[in-house]
Amino acid sequence: MALLEIKGLKVSVEDKEILHGIDLSVGAGETHVIMGPNGAGKSTLGFAIMGSPEYEKTDGTVSFDGEDITEESTDKIAKKGIFLSFQNPVEVPGVTLSSFIRNALEQVTGERIRLWDFKKKLAKAMEALDMDPSYAERDLNVGFSGGEKKKAEILQLLMLRPSLAILDETDSGLDVDAVRTVSAGIEAYKKDVGGALLIITHSTKILEALDVDRVHVIVDGKNACEGGRELVDNINENGFEQFVK
Amino acid sequence: MKEKTQVADIDRSMYDFRNEDKDAYRIENGLTEEIVLKLSEEKGDPEWVREFRLKSLKLYNEIPVPDWGPDISGLNMDEIVTYVRPNTDMKTDWKDVPDEIKDTFEKLGIPQAEVKSLAGVGAQYDSELVYHNVRKDVEEQGVIYTDFESAVKGEYGDMVREHFMKLIPPTMHKFAALHGAVWSGGSFVYVPKGVKVAIPLQSYFRLNAPGAGQFEHTLIIVDEGADLHFIEGCSAPKYNVANLHAGAVEIYVKKGARCRYSTIENWSKNMYNLNTKVARVEEGGSIEWISGSFGSHISYLYPTSDLVGEGARSDFTGIAFANTDQNLDTGCKVAHRAPNTSSYVNTRSISKGGGVNTFRSSVYVAPNAKGSKCAVSCTSLMLDSESRSDTIPAMDIRTSECDVGHEAKIGRISDETVFYLMSRGLSEDEAKALIVSGFADSVSKELPLEYAVEMNNLIRLEMIGAIG
Repeated sequence: MALLEIKGLKVSVEDKEILHGIDLSVGAGETHVIMGPNGAGKSTLGFAIMGSPEYEKTDGTVSFDGEDITEESTDKIAKKGIFLSFQNPVEVPGVTLSSFIRNALEQVTGERIRLWDFKKKLAKAMEALDMDPSYAERDLNVGFSGGEKKKAEILQLLMLRPSLAILDETDSGLDVDAVRTVSAGIEAYKKDVGGALLIITHSTKILEALDVDRVHVIVDGKNACEGGRELVDNINENGFEQFVK
Repeated sequence: MKEKTQVADIDRSMYDFRNEDKDAYRIENGLTEEIVLKLSEEKGDPEWVREFRLKSLKLYNEIPVPDWGPDISGLNMDEIVTYVRPNTDMKTDWKDVPDEIKDTFEKLGIPQAEVKSLAGVGAQYDSELVYHNVRKDVEEQGVIYTDFESAVKGEYGDMVREHFMKLIPPTMHKFAALHGAVWSGGSFVYVPKGVKVAIPLQSYFRLNAPGAGQFEHTLIIVDEGADLHFIEGCSAPKYNVANLHAGAVEIYVKKGARCRYSTIENWSKNMYNLNTKVARVEEGGSIEWISGSFGSHISYLYPTSDLVGEGARSDFTGIAFANTDQNLDTGCKVAHRAPNTSSYVNTRSISKGGGVNTFRSSVYVAPNAKGSKCAVSCTSLMLDSESRSDTIPAMDIRTSECDVGHEAKIGRISDETVFYLMSRGLSEDEAKALIVSGFADSVSKELPLEYAVEMNNLIRLEMIGAIG
């Protein structure tokens, strides 16, 4: 049984259909990549899986761990073990990164966490991501550079330990060093947590160090092609035009 | 984790417990000369206080109800009991306070806080203080912290008389006159020259009797170069009849002194909170107001700073949370009456469930107040479209050689932020509560830790209906 199973998913935003029946199956611990040109509906798929109220599922189903989560609320989906790393993380003034992660962790696990244990874990994860420790006490994403915001997303991923992480354009807008650090964080997640990855990207930098199990190409809100890692090289060479009918 | 999801169903049991009305003495309802005289006799006032009460009562009857703020026609003075004496006299050891009253303050965490982080505590139950104590080392510094009655009658009687209701004369407005007529309880603080009180003093006012009024008087004198942090807390259980709070706080900040006055007000939602606070700041002195308004049905509250000495300074940090059936008219007033004075006003307001917040500021800069600075900033958060938030700034600037600024912002919680937080496992209510706590952070970080925690709990209470 697949961890994430999407069947015939249609999604509309403000009554305009963006996804016209997507099928996707991700097994536990697998790494899948979703590629496609701008505007193909890749990010829409991520938001729809996460249950954003702005993305209306008009047909099809999303199941996770054998449960139908098509109509589930976002927080319940998160609690079941899905994490979405945002392309544009939101700034939340007055809430520190540290207190937010602790709060989220307590929500997800349903347990109180001792401050001392938490701080140790957080410091370790931040070090792995080459983040300045002072960021822990800064307001969530407020005044963070693009790179720091993405690192903060991966930090949350490492701390919350979901069984499926959806990374939405995590590598976009990052310089080479930041991409390397973020990639290292993703590798650490694979290694420590052993979770599945669904990587939404239109470039391939972030994939270099990862074992990719499956690549899905989405064009115009539909599955256009599916294959192994070699598909990435193909796209690098020939672009997406070949899939556009 | 036990969490209620019905936002409407707020569990206020933490503040809402009430004790049976077993007061020793309760004056009859209403307000007449006869009642005031009886109250005065009951309290054993000196002559001048009795005269002051009668004069104030006369003014009360002459001065009209304010016609510019929230409607207070639901407040009928004929039904308010102005004096309720608890069934005990004042103690200096919690062990001696009757169990029922002691329990009340224990539930509110007062004796616990006293042990941990306060230099002195006064606890008022209805109209009289039931407990007053100050730490020995603070007393040895020469700091006077007593209930107001002892101050009036004791060795500081002259000092009290000289300062009592001079900053808030009964002519100021109708409820100042009312206060002058029926005041009871409160605290007197005197910090001698150069003495710095390292940890705060706190007075807590609990109104237990239904249909009663609380009119405590707080007089603080911080002498030259001295330093004080005073905390005022207040709460009451909810009744179906109107309760009234018309206290008065007068603070004298002498040359080079500093006073920080923090309040977390959490009256029940049948309370009319018509409180008046004024500080007079001399040369180089500073007053810092920290003000959290959470409870009450209707509030009129505008702490006032009168900057009379060169270089005097006022800082006001305030937050008001208006939920269903609450109309909070809050803000502050500053008068710059000397050169190079400065004032900073930073307020936040949150409106939810049809609650109404009005922020009023009044800034006066006198012709001689050259080189003065004033910055007023007010930010409002509206949690739904049925709530309301208004900003009414008034400025009267009589010199061109000063720098005055005002900014106001009104915002809403964005769906995007809520979704982001929910994607990390927070429920919608949790997410909104966190955003609101973050919004209030600039105020809560000005508070001592315990009070910041209490404030966050109050926000959660209003947002989610439970304390996590």
